[in-house]
Amino acid sequence: MLNPDLSTIDLSLAEFERYSRHLIMPEVGVEGQKRLKAASVLIIGTGGLGSPLSMYLAAAGIGRMGLVDFDVVDTTNLQRQIAHTTADVGRPKLESATETIRAINPHVQVDGYETLIDSSNAMEIIEPYDIVIDGTDNFPTRYLVNDACVLLGKPNVYGSIFRFEGQASVFDATQGPCYRCLYPEPPPPGLVPSCAEGGVLGILPGIIGIIQATECIKIILGKGNTLVGRFLVFSALEMKFRELKLRKDPACPICGENPSITGLIDYQQFCGLDRGGKTSDLLDPSERISVAELHERLRNGRKPALVDVREPHELQISRLDNDYEIPLGNLETHIHELDRDQELVVYCRSGERSAKAVKFLKEAGFSNVRNLVGGILAWANEVDPEMPKY
Amino acid sequence: MAIEIHIPTALRQYADQNSTFEVGAGEVHAALNELTTRFPKLRPHLFTEDGKLRNFVNVFLNDENIRHLSGDELKLKDGDSISIVPAVAGGR
Repeated sequence: MLNPDLSTIDLSLAEFERYSRHLIMPEVGVEGQKRLKAASVLIIGTGGLGSPLSMYLAAAGIGRMGLVDFDVVDTTNLQRQIAHTTADVGRPKLESATETIRAINPHVQVDGYETLIDSSNAMEIIEPYDIVIDGTDNFPTRYLVNDACVLLGKPNVYGSIFRFEGQASVFDATQGPCYRCLYPEPPPPGLVPSCAEGGVLGILPGIIGIIQATECIKIILGKGNTLVGRFLVFSALEMKFRELKLRKDPACPICGENPSITGLIDYQQFCGLDRGGKTSDLLDPSERISVAELHERLRNGRKPALVDVREPHELQISRLDNDYEIPLGNLETHIHELDRDQELVVYCRSGERSAKAVKFLKEAGFSNVRNLVGGILAWANEVDPEMPKY
Repeated sequence: MAIEIHIPTALRQYADQNSTFEVGAGEVHAALNELTTRFPKLRPHLFTEDGKLRNFVNVFLNDENIRHLSGDELKLKDGDSISIVPAVAGGR
């Protein structure tokens, strides 16, 4: 439980009325509401998880909320990131989320950090806050947030989502395990698809984000049993929660008995990513083809063989005149179907999966194979405006 | 005896899209072996080449992480369930 000095915290008449449904609950009351007002919470990411949880925490009367995001609202965000509206497309997420929170509750102080949180600034950003909520979408930032919270002794309210499944816990190394106790290392890059690649049910971050908000409020109030030492796995398809026990690992490299990590490290490198982190950036110029060049080739009747490495359900949205349709995960077992003497152009949605395919085919001895830069998205943007984008 | 293994969404593509798989084995490691024999593509996502469980995957017998169990604690009885829980980063 946090131990703020409540003697300096007063609720105004307007606040008494606004929070009346809290004030009449014995578990909250005036003291609890003052605790919420005295609390400061840092929300990292204002996307799928950050949207609903920041809106509910604002409504609940958290005194000070810090928001960290450097992204811009995109149309594909609107299916789940409810802090941002159709009119916000193209605006910084920090701006639209701040507006949404202020519209819900003007009594909340919102401090924005329009930056990519990394080893150079994480300690400074996190230090002034009581609680950190992790709403990020990548392993380097997850490990960064975990480590900074362990080093600063802050609770880290964790949630993550994929398709129909979510996970939630509270990592607080002062009284239980941290994220590294559970997963000492991240998976190699590309092994686990991101939401952008794998998709996510729009309401799922709502469910997991609200669990995170609930845990945050319980920590502030000092009421109930938090998820410290417990890991919730939620399946929306089965509509089932499974609860798993977590234990502190005495050999944990950061919160164990003899920690080997005593300061923040290079998380891109730790997660096996080069700076920039994209396979497509590593390809030689001779291994790339632009959509303009491909378009020209098709018009001149010099069509290369097109290899589409997307999943079958993606082909239903849009496709080019494919010669081969082999999802990236099946490429290894179906490689014999490809003709080594043919000129191949490989593509996917954005050019990342196909870059991995090109790298793989090159290593397997294919010489005449190129990656379609920007994928079918670039084709829709630059060549065929009638093609649906996703 | 029927033991159910829960296969997480992220790994179902390597298990013919199955969300659960029933095994008859009497011990956790034997059960995982049964699973990866049926779905060989799953094996490299769970185990290293020398057969150790990978650092970014946890397996729970009921609600206990099998890394904290040994000997008889790993024996299975009717109604037990095994959950594979990989690290997932998505949040936006």
